Amino acid sequence: MQRRRFLGGLLLGPLAMTAAEGTIVIRNAKVLTVTKGSFDGSILIRDGKIVEVGPNVNAPADARVVDAGGQYVMPGIIDCHSHIATEAINEGSVSVSSMTGIEDTVNAEDIGIYRALAGGVTTANILHGSANAIGGKNVVIKMRWGKDAPEILLDGAKPGIKFALGENPKRRGGGESTLTRLRYPATRMGVEDVIREAFTDAKAYKANWDDYKARSAKGERLIAPRRDLKLEPLVEVLEGKRFVHAHCYRADEILMLLRVADEFGFKIRTLQHVLEGYKVAKEIKEHGAGASTFSDWWSYKMEAYDAIPYNAALMHKKGVLVSLNSDSGELMRHLNQEAAKTVRYGGLTDDEALAMITINPAKQLAIDNRVGSIEVGKDADLVIYDKHPLSNYAKVQKVFIDGQMYFDRDKDMSERAVKAEKRKTLAEKQKAAAAAPARPAGGPRRPQ
Amino acid sequence: MAFAQGGSPDVYAIQNATIHTASGPVIANGTIVVRNGLIEAIGASAPIPAGAWTIDGKGMHVYPGLIDALSRWGLPAAAEAAPAARSAAAGPPGGGRRGGGDEPPANVQYQDDGGPEERPSNTSWVKAADLVQPADATLTAARNAGYTTAIVFPATGIFAGQGSALNLSGGRVGDMVVSSTVGQYLGMSAPRGFNSFPGSLMGSIAYIRQVYMDAEHYKAAKAMYAENARGLQRTAYDRALEGVLESPRVLLPAGRKVEIERMIRFGKELKKPVILYGGVEAWRAVEPLKAGGVPLLINLQWPERDRDGDPDFIDSLRTLETREMAPAGPAALAKAGVRFAFYSGGTARPADIRKAVKKAVDAGLPSEDALRAMTLSPAQIYGVDDRIGSLETGKIANLFVTDGDWLADRTQVKMVFVDGKKFEPPPPTPAPAGRTE
Repeated sequence: MQRRRFLGGLLLGPLAMTAAEGTIVIRNAKVLTVTKGSFDGSILIRDGKIVEVGPNVNAPADARVVDAGGQYVMPGIIDCHSHIATEAINEGSVSVSSMTGIEDTVNAEDIGIYRALAGGVTTANILHGSANAIGGKNVVIKMRWGKDAPEILLDGAKPGIKFALGENPKRRGGGESTLTRLRYPATRMGVEDVIREAFTDAKAYKANWDDYKARSAKGERLIAPRRDLKLEPLVEVLEGKRFVHAHCYRADEILMLLRVADEFGFKIRTLQHVLEGYKVAKEIKEHGAGASTFSDWWSYKMEAYDAIPYNAALMHKKGVLVSLNSDSGELMRHLNQEAAKTVRYGGLTDDEALAMITINPAKQLAIDNRVGSIEVGKDADLVIYDKHPLSNYAKVQKVFIDGQMYFDRDKDMSERAVKAEKRKTLAEKQKAAAAAPARPAGGPRRPQ
Repeated sequence: MAFAQGGSPDVYAIQNATIHTASGPVIANGTIVVRNGLIEAIGASAPIPAGAWTIDGKGMHVYPGLIDALSRWGLPAAAEAAPAARSAAAGPPGGGRRGGGDEPPANVQYQDDGGPEERPSNTSWVKAADLVQPADATLTAARNAGYTTAIVFPATGIFAGQGSALNLSGGRVGDMVVSSTVGQYLGMSAPRGFNSFPGSLMGSIAYIRQVYMDAEHYKAAKAMYAENARGLQRTAYDRALEGVLESPRVLLPAGRKVEIERMIRFGKELKKPVILYGGVEAWRAVEPLKAGGVPLLINLQWPERDRDGDPDFIDSLRTLETREMAPAGPAALAKAGVRFAFYSGGTARPADIRKAVKKAVDAGLPSEDALRAMTLSPAQIYGVDDRIGSLETGKIANLFVTDGDWLADRTQVKMVFVDGKKFEPPPPTPAPAGRTE
């Protein structure tokens, strides 16, 4: 039993260090606050929060000391568009799947979380896919590797929902078996129609409930309307209680969505991908939408051809709140390099570049009171890089979330051999068992 | 030993046997009296009624009849898909992700449209008792191995239908039924692919949530209408909601730890007692199961290395460890006091089932707990422990008699009583070389 417990701990226990309760001081660091400049100094953490930052901090004698050894500390990276840590991404059978939500399928044991940590990401917006015009609800998570699903959610993050425009939602399904139930819509104008119809329904649904409440309050004997889990999130959008994160590419469809939203009286919180955003930056800014884009990833389909690497910088210079996202478990691991490309393409400053993967996505998700920069009062979500994070050579050394260390490069490297050995031993044991005769040799067997 | 010849007597008395009651201590040298299908008396010195057919149980062990806690036995082939294959959730991680391909039972017509309100993949009103084929040879084979009851569930679609507790007494279906509905079997994998709603796990969960919410609304609306119909719109009859409301429990698939935790949380929303099935990672989920107070049905088909797979392929440490540890789950649950029961899973061969139980015992499960997981525990989980699951006065006479410890290799089942009716498995034939089972 002892051996088994050891195995279990090895594989499944959080790779995090023991909980760093109390007070920690990170010393001897090049601190990149993103919002308040950069300096050589220290960060004091108490109960998971940053309590003091500066060239010198008043650390109590019993504080645990982390010597950064002159390395760089920046805020944990925030990815505004990810699909890790969930066991379902698309409910693409219907054009409106707002009844679904990532909250139901979170997988806190997805190795993608650990890999994201190793790339310096501490928070991510986990979105439904782009298969349909109105997709499912999203969650914002912290990479608290080793914790269970409710514990990795960033509590207090405002709920949101995914929309999608263009080629993906107008795909009609395929395969012979589905010829009889091809999905509507098949065109961009159909996508617009689906969104209009859904919000028209949502308004009627709300009116129906309002009417019921008013009349039953007056003592009328009525059967309550049926609750509709598809329309309720859309009512929340209309009431400003739920953010819309809209997948889009082309300038024309972006303008379409902004007009539809204006007409129905709701806001688009972020435009996702938005590769032609630079063409309509003024209109995006006027609506108040944020833009979350790629640095230089395009041409993977027709609607993604007319893209330029200056998109992020151009939108930023027009006053749009811009972030860079990954939409990929791989790209997620080097978002610092993606940010660096805005220096090369568009001439942004280091802080402006880093803001695209920290404070800007935090603002887009309305969690900038908690994360996104190194400031007193914020969550101690910090990444230590050995080189400047905008360098191609920079490697993540340590990652803290809420003041707890969830990734340590040295520990990771030293554990690899142990795991490999364990894997080899178990594999050989099971191979031998499988090769053994199916039943023990010896006396006659009975039929049963 | 006296064997039944000719007609079946009404009263049996097994004497001098070691009696494992499952609900109390083992009775050495005890007597158990069976009359008219019920246990009339049991104890070290239970009086033997005049005219009883006595059986000398010297050297014999008497056990409560085994219960398959989640079974397909006796269902028509189309409905018989193994639960492990039905749901990715119940299978080992990294195993076959998608069961798929299952067709609904022949007598069931799915509605065919795209949203929750259309009730796709929903046959909630179907009862296993109405599908079971009493002459199915599987039922006889199981009975010969000591099984007296199977909790049989339809397992096709999301709302697969209602399980029934069936005694393996053969004959007429009506006589087999111990309880016609014990719960609603829910699957989670997209039964008809991505292009039909629900086409994903999140779609299935959302759909199930909506249906249970609709059922509550339906119930309330109908009650209001029944109270006074005047001035009220009547509620449309919905057999899918009727089936949901009729089912006293909800069975949810939960194999891995994340699934167990997820389904414990989700189950709380459904306002019905929840039973989880699968449990391949039960060894890792003891705490959530205990805290959630949710019983677990454990699939006895432990994950194994694919015998036909690439011999040089090395699985992930995760997969290897799951295989290593899965049979240790029951021991951990027993120790923590979490209620669980075993089910046959993909295997219908009694010898395989016994081997699988022994794996759990070898991994630390006390054998009396193993027995309970196949007798009293499933009866309690399904609320039929007032009539089956243990050897107690007044309960249904479901029991089996062996010539040794039931898990020992060479032990033979000598007699099986179902509803007080005696069955004798065919005597062992000397094994020729090669396959015998």
